[in-house]
Amino acid sequence: MKVLLGNVLLLAIVVHGTAAADDPKKLRLITWADYAPAEVVAQFKQETGIQVEVTLSNNEEIISKLRATGGAGFDLAQPSQDRITGVQREFGVYKPIDLSQVKVEQFSPEILEVTRKNATLDGKLYGLPYLWGADGLVVNTKYAKVADYPDLCRADLKGKTSLRLRRPVLMAFAFAAGKDPFALYGDPKAYAALMESVGATLSACKSNVRFFYDNKDQLLNGMRSGEIVAAMMWDTGGWTLNRQDPNIQFIVPKSGAMGWLDTFALPARGRNDAAAYAWINFTMRPDVAAKITNAVGNWTAARATENLVNPKFRAQFNASFPGGAFKDIHWYPAIPSGVEETEGRILDRIKAAN
Amino acid sequence: MSTPDLSVDALDKRFADHVAVDRLSFAVERGSFFSILGPSGCGKTTLLRMIAGFTHPDSGDIRIGGRSMREVAPNRRPVNMVFQHLALFPMMSVGDNVGFGLARRGVNRTERTRRAAAMLERVGLAGAAHKRVDELSGGQRQRVAIARSLVLEPTLLLLDEPLGALDLKLREHMKIELKQLQAAFGTTFVYITHDQSEALVLSDHVAVMNRGRFEQIGTPQQLYYEPATAFVAGFVGANNRIAGRAVSVDGELVELLTPQGWTVRARRSGAIAAGDEVAAFVRPEVASIELDAGQLRPQMARFTGEVQSLLFDGANSAVLIVEQQSRFEFRVALPQTGRLADLKTGARVSFGFDPQRAICFAAAAAAAAAAVTAAVTAAGAGSAHV
Amino acid sequence: MSEPSGHALWQRRMMLAVLLTPALLWLFALIILPHVQLALLSFRERIAPRTYAASLMQYRTFFAEPLYWGVFVRTAIMSALATAMTLLVAFPVAWIIAKVARGRASSLLFVLCLIPFWVSETVRALGWLILLRESGVLPTLLVRLGITAVPVELLYHNATILIGLVYTSLLFMVVPLVSSLESLDNSLIEAAYNLGAKGPAILRQIVIPHAAPGITSGCIVVFMLTLGNYLTPNLLGGKNSQWFTELIYTQFIVRFNWEQGAAFGFLLLALSTAMVALGLRVSGQRFVDVMRRA
Repeated sequence: MKVLLGNVLLLAIVVHGTAAADDPKKLRLITWADYAPAEVVAQFKQETGIQVEVTLSNNEEIISKLRATGGAGFDLAQPSQDRITGVQREFGVYKPIDLSQVKVEQFSPEILEVTRKNATLDGKLYGLPYLWGADGLVVNTKYAKVADYPDLCRADLKGKTSLRLRRPVLMAFAFAAGKDPFALYGDPKAYAALMESVGATLSACKSNVRFFYDNKDQLLNGMRSGEIVAAMMWDTGGWTLNRQDPNIQFIVPKSGAMGWLDTFALPARGRNDAAAYAWINFTMRPDVAAKITNAVGNWTAARATENLVNPKFRAQFNASFPGGAFKDIHWYPAIPSGVEETEGRILDRIKAAN
Repeated sequence: MSTPDLSVDALDKRFADHVAVDRLSFAVERGSFFSILGPSGCGKTTLLRMIAGFTHPDSGDIRIGGRSMREVAPNRRPVNMVFQHLALFPMMSVGDNVGFGLARRGVNRTERTRRAAAMLERVGLAGAAHKRVDELSGGQRQRVAIARSLVLEPTLLLLDEPLGALDLKLREHMKIELKQLQAAFGTTFVYITHDQSEALVLSDHVAVMNRGRFEQIGTPQQLYYEPATAFVAGFVGANNRIAGRAVSVDGELVELLTPQGWTVRARRSGAIAAGDEVAAFVRPEVASIELDAGQLRPQMARFTGEVQSLLFDGANSAVLIVEQQSRFEFRVALPQTGRLADLKTGARVSFGFDPQRAICFAAAAAAAAAAVTAAVTAAGAGSAHV
Repeated sequence: MSEPSGHALWQRRMMLAVLLTPALLWLFALIILPHVQLALLSFRERIAPRTYAASLMQYRTFFAEPLYWGVFVRTAIMSALATAMTLLVAFPVAWIIAKVARGRASSLLFVLCLIPFWVSETVRALGWLILLRESGVLPTLLVRLGITAVPVELLYHNATILIGLVYTSLLFMVVPLVSSLESLDNSLIEAAYNLGAKGPAILRQIVIPHAAPGITSGCIVVFMLTLGNYLTPNLLGGKNSQWFTELIYTQFIVRFNWEQGAAFGFLLLALSTAMVALGLRVSGQRFVDVMRRA
């Protein structure tokens, strides 16, 4: 009941937000923690006079909130690129990007191309790249030797590993089993069968897992205290820990890292597109983009920032991806509808397994 | 003589700031109705709770049916109690209330139902077993409370002012019923009350309790006609209290002078010397009132006064007279014949009483009773006397 | 008071209507309306993007998937268990507050029950995390005292969830119990002793029947709170929590499957209604009386 009530309240609050008067000097941004560093927000205000009102969230909540209001309440959102076309087809919560408003030349063409491929629906582009990174393994090398995801289920690591029970874990274990789940997106039956087998593997592995983490800090604390010695996690978390304890390292698994890319997307009923475009162009400026990378730890989609970022980050990145990002990483393609329902049932079963 | 049903020996109970029961000893004969009468705070409730076992005495012993109760828990004593507000169990039927104690003794259901029904019949509530407690009248509840206790055939039944919550009419009625029930069952009743009329009407023996001690134990008649202390004289029945200094002592008779200069004579109780502070007590019905002083009996001391108010209360009617010289307010019972019924306020009258029937106590004890006396005489207007 | 005239009566009715309007609006806008909407959601099925059809599929899925009704039943049983444990813990506490402690001591005890509510539920649950995790206070203490050889993980067990739920619910049981026990005349207990009863018989025959409305209302409140709790089972149960509210949350927020989530919500509502009705029936209480106690 609490959840239902919570939803109702959330609805009420969002509706209330929509009713607020238009303010050309305000940008309502819904994004992930750390994605809008205070320093950058302050500089933007100074240069443009626009105040950025940041709401912290994650993919699922961004979409749920936009869905609840039909795309109102925010002027700019930052979902992952695989969460754009499917969501747009189902719920119509975004509006197309007007490329004439964007300084396209600031973007790295390779990354822009990845997004163009994944975020285009019916000939219209619904997303621009912002930040990217990879999921892989974070290992405390003092206590464990781990090369690929299935190693997390090894008997000698019983009770000392952790996973985030969301769809990336299914993809990772599918790749580790030698399959390409993305290739099966078009074949629901084969995809379901693959997910079933991955689910079985993970259910059997559940007793090995100390806890399924929900947020970064939960896992980082576990790694620091030594309760967790190996986990599936994204690169920046590993690099953060590495700076505190050199024994802890981010490792690209043998079966490959999973590349995620978070975007800029315009909510369908956003009311300050001008401010949104201003923010996009501002954050992709090389000097600002470098500041963001230094604050967040991930690379942005802006070009010509390599020499502006903290050399330590560069070293860590090069150590983790010796072959360069576009050779070592499986990029998440757009999720076709129906796939998540299949995955959801599998995830629920893993959660309930004994 | 058989062993008394209750004997209390040197019982003592102190609370932080006062003595509740002060080295008290007494015995209650089998089958009698024994009342403990005293003002609130005199220790009578503490005494009753010690007999029931809810309060532990500091020292001394309580024997019930000859057996010491020192180590006996309240639920194992051969004593049952009727509580002030009866404490019937509202969650149970009347029958289950009466059967409660039997059930605790392991009596089976059929037998329990039979005995509860029989007991209810004896107290005049035949067929009420299935009723809810709140469907009964005040008097019926009273009877259920007694039945609930008596069905266990206790050696002793304790009653804690059970009539206090009833209205006057019902209280008068229940007094008679209680006495009849006690006579019919023959169980020893120990009854505590602050209402002297209840104590006098019901009891075979009454103990007057004050400050943790018994001032006097006796039959109601003894208490009324031969109070042993000034406290008893003041507490039991209505009384005129005349305080002053003993002017002379002549054998049994003391002559006392009030500060306002009124001289009266009264029979001495205990040692009194000339010059002592004393108090004399004269019952309203001992005094007489006449329009003509010559009508008063010759042995009476005679005074004149003025009618201040008429207190008409049927058989208990009285006149409040202000003595002419000292302005002392004196209460005299009106003759029950209806003579003098037409007396008017302000009328000049003669009144008098036989000094032999007035009692004089030394003031050390008398002063203690003063406050109580004042209250009781005032309240006494409406009470019935024996 | 004299008989009100027709006009005065009308005025009084208008006054009542005006006074009740905010409450009724609140009830309608924030409780009835969303529920109607959720009911409609739960009875439809997505057949193509942005196309839905009336269907019972969401409910069929629930019954067809053993996982879902397994969690449902588990949540119900655990909630009932937590309610029973809360009652067992709260009863002596309430007894002491109502009957034993006097004046300040009694208020102090009450405040002690209230203290956990000075911080939010999240902070409370996180407190338990710090205390019980393997590197936490209690396991460390157990090792120091030589009770266990190595630190033991005390989190993520059913027992941990139950402890957390009992702790969170205690006050909601203590309050109605205290109020119903306070109204119990001490002389009834003395009378029962006097008639030969011992402690257990008095508890069974006098105290519990008297406190029944309070017990029932406490149990109803605690059961509903526990059933609908999300945070405590989730944080303390970790990977093994399997609480039904979590499924609802997942369906709504993670899966974007509002239809399934709405159906789950209604099933939970039905469950709590059924359990309350059952509780009232078993204890022979009337809902109105019980709610007056709460």
